[in-house]
Amino acid sequence: MNEITESRKPPVATTGILGWLRMNLFSNWINSLISLFVLYILIQFVPWILNWTIFAADFKYNFNGEQIINREMCSRVLDPENGGACWAIIYVRFYQFMYGFYPRDEVWRVNLSYAMLVVAVVPLLFDKFPFRKHFLKFTYIFPIIAFFLLNGGFGLESVSTNKWGGLLVTLVLGCTGIALAFPLGIVLALGRRSNLPVISTMCTLFIEFIRGVPLITLLFFGMVMLPLFLPEGVNMDGLARVLVAVTLFQSAYMAEVIRGGLQAIPQGQYEAARSIGLSYWQMNMKVVLPQAIRISIPSIVNTSIGLFKDTTLVIIVGLLDLLGIGRGALADTTWLGLAYEVYFFVSLVFFIFTFAMSRYSLYLEKKLKTGINMGAD
Amino acid sequence: MRSKLNFFSDEKFRSIFFQTLVIGLFALGIFFIVQTTAYNLEKRNIATGWRFLTDPAGFDISFSPFIDFKSTDTHLDVYFVGVLNTLLVSVCGCIAATILGFLVGIIRLSSNWLLVRVAYIYVEFTRNVPLLLQIILWYSILIQLPRVKQSLEFLDVFFISNRGIYSPRPVFETGFSYVFISIILAFISSFFIRRWAKKRQDDTGKQFPVLSSAFGLIIIVPLILYFIIGSPLSFDYPALKGFNFKGGMVIRPEFIAMFLALTIYTAAFISETVRSGILSVTKGQREASASLGLKKSWIMRLIIIPQALRVIVPPLTSQYLNLTKNSSLGIAVGYADLVHGFGGISLNQTGQAIECMVIVMATYLTISLTISVFMNIYNRSIQFKEK
Repeated sequence: MNEITESRKPPVATTGILGWLRMNLFSNWINSLISLFVLYILIQFVPWILNWTIFAADFKYNFNGEQIINREMCSRVLDPENGGACWAIIYVRFYQFMYGFYPRDEVWRVNLSYAMLVVAVVPLLFDKFPFRKHFLKFTYIFPIIAFFLLNGGFGLESVSTNKWGGLLVTLVLGCTGIALAFPLGIVLALGRRSNLPVISTMCTLFIEFIRGVPLITLLFFGMVMLPLFLPEGVNMDGLARVLVAVTLFQSAYMAEVIRGGLQAIPQGQYEAARSIGLSYWQMNMKVVLPQAIRISIPSIVNTSIGLFKDTTLVIIVGLLDLLGIGRGALADTTWLGLAYEVYFFVSLVFFIFTFAMSRYSLYLEKKLKTGINMGAD
Repeated sequence: MRSKLNFFSDEKFRSIFFQTLVIGLFALGIFFIVQTTAYNLEKRNIATGWRFLTDPAGFDISFSPFIDFKSTDTHLDVYFVGVLNTLLVSVCGCIAATILGFLVGIIRLSSNWLLVRVAYIYVEFTRNVPLLLQIILWYSILIQLPRVKQSLEFLDVFFISNRGIYSPRPVFETGFSYVFISIILAFISSFFIRRWAKKRQDDTGKQFPVLSSAFGLIIIVPLILYFIIGSPLSFDYPALKGFNFKGGMVIRPEFIAMFLALTIYTAAFISETVRSGILSVTKGQREASASLGLKKSWIMRLIIIPQALRVIVPPLTSQYLNLTKNSSLGIAVGYADLVHGFGGISLNQTGQAIECMVIVMATYLTISLTISVFMNIYNRSIQFKEK
């Protein structure tokens, strides 16, 4: 007799919400336990964090509706049980966070520089930008304009750099460091790969020395040793000395990144360039470097992120960048004890900049992968 | 025809000419700097030389777990305390960051969607916020812990307060050195057992329980010896006397803040290199080993990790170097490392800026070079060897 075999059960659903949950959260009992545990912790923490940062937080007024002017008026000081963050400290000090102690009458100069920075940088980042060529001309002269605009000259009142602070110092250090380190890095990278033994040894020693010591020792070097090296009468202000240290530091890292790009260029490119009679500099400027830089841009952006974060180190030698202004605000007795708000705000500002930069580098990597294949064309 | 007299178009001549020019300019620059520096130092009445190293320091260092430092000790002692503190936080940080980094890297490749997202958020947040900020943040959390009088207790022997973690300090009595020697011997012999077992397995295919025998040698033998000698180890317990704890061992909040921040920050970077390393092993390897019938844990241990390590180790090395260099940020929270103790306080007290900075930089260079040398040796040992 033919027995009818029992029909098999349908396979477990792998689509739809339930299927998705089963695949991604409860695929086996260990995964289920982990998911439940993580879920439990998230339920504990996320509402608390949201409540603290947003729903129970003071922005300008406390829960009595009074404008907050000192720490005693913060809801979390008046009512430690229910009060959230007291963002009033950021509100009150916002000017300092953005401009430091830049004179209020002259602050339009900083704002104009910020706006021009956007105009100078955005066309540089996206090669599909309309009229990019003309914008890039502006990018080249922007540093000069910004220098005179911020520092004074040509009829503008001079504002000494010790009045600069907050985001202004962070951006000046970051942008100038990156912009100056880029050409220096190219020269060092070419130097390290040079056939001339003296030049390659010197470049290698310089790069390895800088990469072997922490940035903070270079900043100390700029602060305490540089003045000793300069002849009498030549004075550099604090910001300039720090800039020298930051630029030297960044150029060594930039050089290694660009060297990586140079090594990726097939030997045939060099030989082809030489065989059509190009000189060393023509070969590098017209054939090798454009390709090498193109493939190393993602890594260049990544080291630039590193530099941007490292600019916070200048507080150790006494400059007031974003973090420095934050610490200054905390030292003020009217706002004592609001450390978390200040650090949260400063972290957020840095996060926005660095996260945007890291997304940009990812975007470039993707574009490069789908772009022209190096050496094969 | 090219004229022989046109030296400049001769490549050899040009190369020598440029190199001589560079050396000349460099020497001129050095000469100029030395001249101005000597003049500036003379004007400021700063005597150069290394004599200040043997002068008494005149300040205290709150955290010096290896050397008993007193304010009458010399600047040279400050230097040694600083080097040891730098190495301590770097080594602890490297070990912890490696463990955490591997864990997070593997988690990010797991099949649990929620866990992957949490790990991703952790990595993005810690990577994109300056380390200095994180160190200061951890420190500001730690010093808000309860005061000494209300310190949190664990098992009546651990006390956590805003002055740090107090714990019992082991006191080694006579005879403990034998136990210590036996532990070292056990490690060495386990190493040789492993080599022998591997060779035997390669030759005959027989396996040897290496892990359990090593466990027995390292843990059980010293333990038996310990009891035979008569428990030559006692503990010095911390006790609250007046305003502070007496006795025991203390881990300062500066160290904890540095350790936590360095570990959490670097682990985020390490997790990314681990992730890309594991991803670099092609899918075929996994499928091939599965089709051979290997267990899941074996596939990871015997097939994936050895191949992934080849990709992971070079960037891991640079992360170790970064962590060591970043430990110099201890100055922001007053952790008495090389930069804060010797390059900061000693420099300010003696005014010997050039000497102090030269020593600090040379020390960091030495540490960096040592790490790279060892990691390069390790890297060579795991690279693919074609038989």
